[in-house]
Amino acid sequence: MLNRTADNVARATPEPLAKKIRGISDKGLAWLFISPTILLLLAINIFPLFWAIYLSFTNYRANRPNEVVKNLGLANYRRILGDQDIWIAMQTTAHFVFWTILLQTVIGFTLAWLIDRKFRGHAFWTTIILVPMMLSPAVVGNFWRFLYEPQIGLFAYAVSFVTGIPPTNVQMLSNVELAPWAIIIVDTWMWTPYVMLICLAGLRSIPEYIYEAAEVDRASNWRQFWSITLPMALPFIMLAVLFRGIENFKMFDMVNLLTGGGPGSTTEVASITLKRQAFESWRTGYSSAFAIILFVAVFGLANIYVKALNKVKQR
Amino acid sequence: MSLTTAHSVVAPSTNSKRIAGVLVVGYALISIVPLLWIFATSFKTPPDSIAYPPKIVFQPSIEGYCNLFTTRTRQTPEYINSLGPATGFCDETVRKRNMVIAGPSNFLPRFVNSLIIAFGSTFCAVFLGTLSAYGFSRFKVPLADDLLFFILSTRMMPPIAVAIPIYLMYRELGLSDTALGMILLYTAVNVSLAVWLLKGFIDEIPREYEEAAMIDGYTRLQAFWRTVLPQATTGIAATAIFCLIFAWNEYAFAALLTSGTAQTAPPFIPTIIGEGGQDWPAVAAGTTIFLVPILVFTILLRKQLLRGITFGAVRK
Repeated sequence: MLNRTADNVARATPEPLAKKIRGISDKGLAWLFISPTILLLLAINIFPLFWAIYLSFTNYRANRPNEVVKNLGLANYRRILGDQDIWIAMQTTAHFVFWTILLQTVIGFTLAWLIDRKFRGHAFWTTIILVPMMLSPAVVGNFWRFLYEPQIGLFAYAVSFVTGIPPTNVQMLSNVELAPWAIIIVDTWMWTPYVMLICLAGLRSIPEYIYEAAEVDRASNWRQFWSITLPMALPFIMLAVLFRGIENFKMFDMVNLLTGGGPGSTTEVASITLKRQAFESWRTGYSSAFAIILFVAVFGLANIYVKALNKVKQR
Repeated sequence: MSLTTAHSVVAPSTNSKRIAGVLVVGYALISIVPLLWIFATSFKTPPDSIAYPPKIVFQPSIEGYCNLFTTRTRQTPEYINSLGPATGFCDETVRKRNMVIAGPSNFLPRFVNSLIIAFGSTFCAVFLGTLSAYGFSRFKVPLADDLLFFILSTRMMPPIAVAIPIYLMYRELGLSDTALGMILLYTAVNVSLAVWLLKGFIDEIPREYEEAAMIDGYTRLQAFWRTVLPQATTGIAATAIFCLIFAWNEYAFAALLTSGTAQTAPPFIPTIIGEGGQDWPAVAAGTTIFLVPILVFTILLRKQLLRGITFGAVRK
């Protein structure tokens, strides 16, 4: 319909003008197609980012919009880097990211490796395994609070059934030692399928003739795994780790609903600290500075990692 | 003799297949238990839901669903007896607990908000994404790689970091707690995914089709409309579903930027409480209703899933 209108307009207009309407130059069309997206991102992502950078140099508080804003220079950044709580939050985040990625990679790769045997019904069971990762981390995380309830919760019951510990003592969310593991378990349950799916693609990308050649050379299964399967799947594994790493560094929703950072601040990952500073203490300038530091950290680490990934790919 | 037609030397043995099958099925069954438990809990009565040991066999009831959609007040038995006969199953169930239905709960409006915001933002993101993807795929755009990376990098920011300035901006513009504000925000987040995925799909459509159409007298725009778009339908549909799932599941922005009229279901469901704590059957009922559309989409999408979750980086 759009085209017909353009045609009619073109037919009714004198030759030079018609050319302009009918055949917008490719270059013009390219910009016409791309600029709305760029403009939207500038308005909703980049402009706020610059605003946050500006705020990070001030003592602005969003709950006192009428107060005079003072320029503090780098004071916010200096305070954050010297703030004990921030460093504890970063350690909590590192602990969370390290263990979730380790568990997800090991379990995910093993599952993919098993599924690649192509036993009967493997497609159906793969779909079943994939379900948790598509669900809302917030809504499902909230429900895990119920599973974790001491005594009445299914998780506590299962643990006490297996280990013999009284179910009232399985306090996953209120025990300082266990709470960090409670969030690691839920995250691993949710995102192992993600790693599995990417690893599966990696395993399926290995051409069969390489194994055939290895078989002719009488390489043992063990040898084949270490010198063919693992190295050839490595770029895929690294890609999965990259995506999970970025996501878990930003982790907010699931942890906020499961523990809210508690008990105390034992599960207070960086995003939770940021939320507490920005939307509970209303230290807008200070939290903006922290946000900028986090963003630079993710961005920097991801860049270094991508460089390493490309090196592995080229091998 | 060809190795592939006869017995392949590298095919896994029957035994190793069987062991692999048992392990994978075992994992699948354990990982699905929490979801089955949500479903089961939604059909329990509140006392059954907090029984010890946890009840696997129970008398199903739709009390959870009744509680999800209504608000109730406690009344004296005399008052309840003075009312007329109960209207409908929910009324009857509630009266047994010495309560009467006071009115509808906020669940339905929150659910409708989720629908409006998810579909609105998906439409905008896919629309913008298709145009940009075509632009990046077919034309020489200066600094194309940098622009594409810029589009992707907007997704690396922690949502809370973005939420601080957005909160201030929306307050200035009057967009706080509005569906429009949330649609704009989700569109901006999803458009990066849409551009990357759709560029992959459009790259796979041979340029010859458009060139042939243009030789036949079509303009570039017509060629795009009549040859590229119809071929990209699968890709566009898959992308749309991914955007829809993200917007549907999103919690951080929704929790910080909406509080009332535009609140979506994810921040609302955890706030469902009954007398003396969380009303788990009602929460489970809300969770079940909320999850079912995603389950359907996951099954529809399973062939494109890999591509979607890696921003098109892995295509099989």
